[in-house]
Amino acid sequence: MLQIDKVSKHFGGLPALSQVSFEVTEGQVTALIGPNGAGKSTLINCITGILEPGAGRIAFRRQELTGLKPHQISRLGIARTFQNLKIFPRLSVLDNVLTGLTGKGGGSLLMAMLRLPYLRHRERQLKLLALNALDRFALTDKADWPAGILAYGDKKRLELARACVSEPYLLLLDEPVAGLNAEETADIAEQLRILRSAGHTMLLVEHDMELVMTIADQVVVLDSGRCIATGTPDDIRRNPLVLEAYLGSMEATA
Amino acid sequence: MSDLLQFIFSGLTNGSIYALIALGFCVVNNTMGILNFIQVDFVTLGGMLMFTAVLSLSLPMIPGLLLAVVGVALVAMLVERFGLRPARSDNHLILVFITIGLSIILRGVIKLIWGKNRMAVPPLTPDHPVEIMGASVLPQALWILLLTLVAIALLSWFFYRTSLGLSMRAVASNPTAAAVVGIPAGRIRLTSYAIAGALGGLAGVLMTPITTLNYDVGVLLGLKGFAAAILGGFGSFPGAVIGGVILGLLESLSAGYLSSAYKDVVAFVVLLLVLFVRPKGLLGK
Amino acid sequence: MTGKEKLLYFLYLHRTGLTVTVLSLALLLYPLYQSNPYTLGLSNLIAINVIVVLGLALFIGFAGQISLGHATFFGMGAYGSAITTVTFGLPPWPAMVLVATLVGLFAWIIGVPILRLSGHYLAMATLGMNFVFHTVLLQWDQVTGGPSGFAGIPLLTLGSFAFDDEVRLHYLLWGFALLFLLLCLNLVRSGVGRGLAALAGEETAAAALGVNTQVAKLKVFILSAVLAAIAGSLFAHTYSYISPDSFDIFVATDFVIMVVIGGMGSVWGVLFGTGTITLLPEWVDFFETYKDFVHGGILVLVLIFLPQGLVAGLVDMVRVRMVLRRQKYASDR
Ligand SMILES: Nc1ncnc2c1ncn2[C@@H]1O[C@H](COP(=O)(O)OP(=O)(O)O)[C@@H](O)[C@H]1O
Ligand SMILES: [Mg+2]
Repeated sequence: MLQIDKVSKHFGGLPALSQVSFEVTEGQVTALIGPNGAGKSTLINCITGILEPGAGRIAFRRQELTGLKPHQISRLGIARTFQNLKIFPRLSVLDNVLTGLTGKGGGSLLMAMLRLPYLRHRERQLKLLALNALDRFALTDKADWPAGILAYGDKKRLELARACVSEPYLLLLDEPVAGLNAEETADIAEQLRILRSAGHTMLLVEHDMELVMTIADQVVVLDSGRCIATGTPDDIRRNPLVLEAYLGSMEATA
Repeated sequence: MSDLLQFIFSGLTNGSIYALIALGFCVVNNTMGILNFIQVDFVTLGGMLMFTAVLSLSLPMIPGLLLAVVGVALVAMLVERFGLRPARSDNHLILVFITIGLSIILRGVIKLIWGKNRMAVPPLTPDHPVEIMGASVLPQALWILLLTLVAIALLSWFFYRTSLGLSMRAVASNPTAAAVVGIPAGRIRLTSYAIAGALGGLAGVLMTPITTLNYDVGVLLGLKGFAAAILGGFGSFPGAVIGGVILGLLESLSAGYLSSAYKDVVAFVVLLLVLFVRPKGLLGK
Repeated sequence: MTGKEKLLYFLYLHRTGLTVTVLSLALLLYPLYQSNPYTLGLSNLIAINVIVVLGLALFIGFAGQISLGHATFFGMGAYGSAITTVTFGLPPWPAMVLVATLVGLFAWIIGVPILRLSGHYLAMATLGMNFVFHTVLLQWDQVTGGPSGFAGIPLLTLGSFAFDDEVRLHYLLWGFALLFLLLCLNLVRSGVGRGLAALAGEETAAAALGVNTQVAKLKVFILSAVLAAIAGSLFAHTYSYISPDSFDIFVATDFVIMVVIGGMGSVWGVLFGTGTITLLPEWVDFFETYKDFVHGGILVLVLIFLPQGLVAGLVDMVRVRMVLRRQKYASDR
């Protein structure tokens, strides 16, 4: 579904990604792991058009993504979350989720100002979708709170709800459980499993090895911008290169 | 031929003033990352303090000039400490808005103290034009050129030879360096405002004998100074000087050969053109 | 739900519509209660300013950029109407539409490069634009009348009904102001408005959610310019006389102060901000002398303590308080 082909990206001469290639298969969860600074977030930014890859190509359902603007890419059905939370603190929780449906509302400023009946109707439908998503992530009772005062865990879930609400073809999740406690992590993991069984395709960036190993169909390991291994969770667990580069250092610090 | 020379002289004179003001904008921009609208009122204040020092306190010219420049620098520090610092915001939109507000207040203070009338500030030395290669030049113009050079020399010495200046440049190129070098951010901000104030004040002291002095004379000069800074590349010191000189020359040549009615518009046309065509300016990074 | 709760819920659900209705009624009845032409004249001026500030509030609030040049669009509307009706003899209403369209086009053309600039460059670019415009008004006197202004602009009429006194103008101007207020309220409550609010909060996140940030900013810029132009046309036809001083950079700054007081991106705040700044000179005797302190002081204090703007900031605070109280109440039970 998503082909990443020899993608490279440099920041002022320092390589953040070099010749990364892999593929995300439809209906599967692909996990992207690697130590801090490996270039995982950079890769996601390249896919979503926030950064322009220096070389290589990225294709989504046979369409070239390189050169498209972020909003165009989003409208193809790719949604994402951010590693360092980007919710809209002054909007209500419900409105935050509704922003996830921007592509589905009308785009015309003039029509919006006239508030014609068809728009009101569509607005009601979108609201239902958003309320559904809030329900799934157990945020319904906080729907009219300004999102800024939510607890950290709720914000994480809110961002996930915002990304899921539009039923995107591909979900890019940048460390969805970073900084959460065990209970909250289990919560999110459960949601990810539900999403997966509903047939969603995901690219999951995560540090939590337990989560990755139980949920992923395929694991890609990045180290210093290079793709050092690809395979099933079991392959990866046994791969000496990975153990050295990543798991080893994790255990050493743990 | 002597016409051309005349225009070039007046262009250089005005250009020096724009350069001084542009440098003031750059110093604050480099250390705090904001556009300091108050700069325009530092210019006015310089002229006003000079007026008071020379005509009310009957000081001689040079002490009067020093008093005015130091006075503006002090006011600038007060403005930073008690006007800008309490905001504790790092949102640039808000900080720029606050400098707009402070600028309005400062202009109000000036209006209250010195009134709204136009005043005349005496030039540093009596107005007997000197002939230079067929062009007649006011001694004040020579003073402007000379003192601008002195100011630039002092500024270079400060930024390249003193430890405070060096660390301020480090901050400009890398904000996190400030913490590493261990210089309190407050002191840097205060110093940059003092410098901006002194430069603006000097521009006001030198220029108001040629224009006239009233409470909003600095607005137009200040805006042109900003245009010069953009033309040179916002934040670049050599750029500010070059931008000022080019702008001054463009202005006086177009006033001389095209139309003087739209003389004041030249700076803004240049500003808009630069912003559209090459926003980083001539020497910008 | 009890009856009282039901009523409250109904009020809450229809709060926007109800507020607009109440406001319209109040404005409809106002001339019956207040017949002093001076006071009505003031409230008419507020209506004109509201139209300009509405657009500007949306632009500053949603594009996250400062425009110190909206007096230009206001002046283009005023001088545009004056010139097309007096010099070219066009009827006022079509002239107004024509001028608004042309100003919209102008905003589009300059908006494309100008909106590529980041925050403070934009402030200065717009200030420069306003300065150029003001100078042209002063210098190009064959067309604009120069410093002595432009007189003899016709009144607006509907058939044989002329808007020639304060009461009639009240209905005309507030009719326009309410119309635009309603349109802007619709906008902020729509999907497009949410996209804009997202843009104001976090540009990258908004783009990742499908908001075309460049185009959205441009559209709001054009909208604000068109609103300012229409306000300008109304201004010209209301006073029959205009002069360059109504469109200089200080006027542009005053518009911005009105926005900041109301709140960036807050539609209801616009009424408050515009009203306060327009009426201040009336309320405060020493105002003439201390105008700058009041204006500058308000700007600085509001931004230090409520960076979102006075009204918007207070509303945010109340919302948070209410949520916290409800939560405490729930946990106590
Ligand atoms: N905008 C940027 N400018 C410069 N360097 C960056 C930028 N973004 C990321 N980097 C660098 O690229 C490398 C990869 O970062 P990142 O993709 O965030 O890693 P990860 O998400 O795997 O922890 C890091 O060394 C980081 O410092
Ligand atoms: Mg990362």
